[in-house]
Amino acid sequence: MIALTTDLKRLGAVNAPPGFADRVLAQVGMADSYAPFETVLGTVYVAWNRLGVSAAARSNSAEEFEAWFRKDVGRQVMRAEAPRNLAGKIQDELNGKRRMRFDLRGLTPFEQAVLRKTRQIPRGEVRPYGWVAREIGHPAAVRAVGTALANNPIPYFIPCHRVVRTDGQIGNYGGGGPEAKRAILTLEGVRLKRLQDMARGGFRYQGVRTTKIFCFPTCYTGRHALEKNIVWLHDEASARAAGFRPCKVCRPAAVVA
Amino acid sequence: MPGVDHLFERMVHEHKDRVFAASLAMTGNRHDAEDVAQDTFIRAYRALATYSPERIRDLKERAWLHRITVNVVRNRVRGVKPRLVELNGSESDHSAGPEAKAMEHMQIDELATRVADLPIRYREAVVLRHVRDLSYAEVAEALGQPVGTVKANVHRGLKLLRGDDHDRVDD
Repeated sequence: MIALTTDLKRLGAVNAPPGFADRVLAQVGMADSYAPFETVLGTVYVAWNRLGVSAAARSNSAEEFEAWFRKDVGRQVMRAEAPRNLAGKIQDELNGKRRMRFDLRGLTPFEQAVLRKTRQIPRGEVRPYGWVAREIGHPAAVRAVGTALANNPIPYFIPCHRVVRTDGQIGNYGGGGPEAKRAILTLEGVRLKRLQDMARGGFRYQGVRTTKIFCFPTCYTGRHALEKNIVWLHDEASARAAGFRPCKVCRPAAVVA
Repeated sequence: MPGVDHLFERMVHEHKDRVFAASLAMTGNRHDAEDVAQDTFIRAYRALATYSPERIRDLKERAWLHRITVNVVRNRVRGVKPRLVELNGSESDHSAGPEAKAMEHMQIDELATRVADLPIRYREAVVLRHVRDLSYAEVAEALGQPVGTVKANVHRGLKLLRGDDHDRVDD
C-alpha cells in the first residue's frame, strides 16, 4: 500500500523530454526557427514560425543573427533545417505568383499596411513612397512610410526595394544600402538609367498617345507601347489637361470612379 | 501582448515537468503524453490572450493548468492513432542511459500504463492526488467536483491499481 503511493510519486517526478519547452513556444509562435539562405544579396538568415516568415537579415554569422533576433524581435530562435521548397517559394513570392505567409506581429497596424501594400508592387516595377502612403489611406504620411520601410523586418522578401524616391534617387535600403537596392532592381529588370533621366527632367509619368492613359514609368501595361507613342509627363494636372487618364493598374493618381 | 508572452514563457519553464508527468500518467505513454502536455500549454496560451489582467493576476496556475490537462485528456477520443511525430526532432528521450536508469524508466512507464487503464474519473483523481501530490481541495478545484467525490474516486482508483476491485463502481 505504501509502495503504491510512493511509486505514484516517482511517476510524478518524471521530467518533460528535452526540447519540450522550445517546441511549445514554437507551437504558439513564441520561438522561431532559422536557417541561412543564399540570395543575390549574399547569405541572408531567414527566421520563421508557424505564422510564416518572421525576419530576414544579412548577418555575418549565425551567432550575430541569433543575438540580433533575440534583441530586436524579442523571441527565442533556434537553428533548423530550411524547408526544402523555401527557395522556390521565395522566387514565387518575388514574382507575384504565390503568396508566402509572413508573421508581422509586433508591428503597428500602419507598418503592417505599408508592408502589405509594398508586396503588391510587381517585380520589375517601382513606386514612389507617396504612392504607398496614398494607397493605404494616409496620403500625408510619406515620411512615416519611409520609416516603416526602413524598419521592414523582412527585407528582400517583402520588396521594400521597389519603393523609390520621386526625384529619381534610389533612396536608402535597410537590406544593404543603396548599392544593394540598385543591384536587386537591375536584376528584376527595372531600367534605372531611364528612370533617372526622366526624374532629372522632372517627369514622373509616362503617357501613351494611342490609349490616352498615363502610368508610372515602370508599369507593365505601358511596356509594349511603341517608343514613338510614349510621352513623358510632369504631373497629374498636365497629364489630364493633355487628355490622359490615370492607369487603373498602377494607379498613378486616385482613380475617380 | 509581450506581457502575456513573458508570463507564458515563465509558466512553460516552471510547470513543464509537472504537466508532462501528469500527462504521462493520464495517457500511459510518452508520445501521447507529449501531445497532451503540448496541447495543455497551447490552450493555456490561447486562454491567457483573452483574460483580463485581474484574472491573470488571480490565476492559480497549478490548478488551472491541471484543469486544462484534464480537459484535454477528456476530449481526446480514445483509441485514435497518434498523430505523426513532428519533424523537428520531437522523439522521446529513449536514449538508453545507464542500466539502472533504463530499468527505472521502464518501471515508471509500466506504472503509467496501468494508471492510464483506470476509468477516467478514477484516473483523474488518482493522478492529481498522488502523482501530482495536490491536496484534496486543489484536486476538487481542478476537477470541478466536490471534495467528497474526489476522495471516493481516489480511494477506488487506488484499489483498482492494487488489483483489488471488489467494490468497483462500474462506469
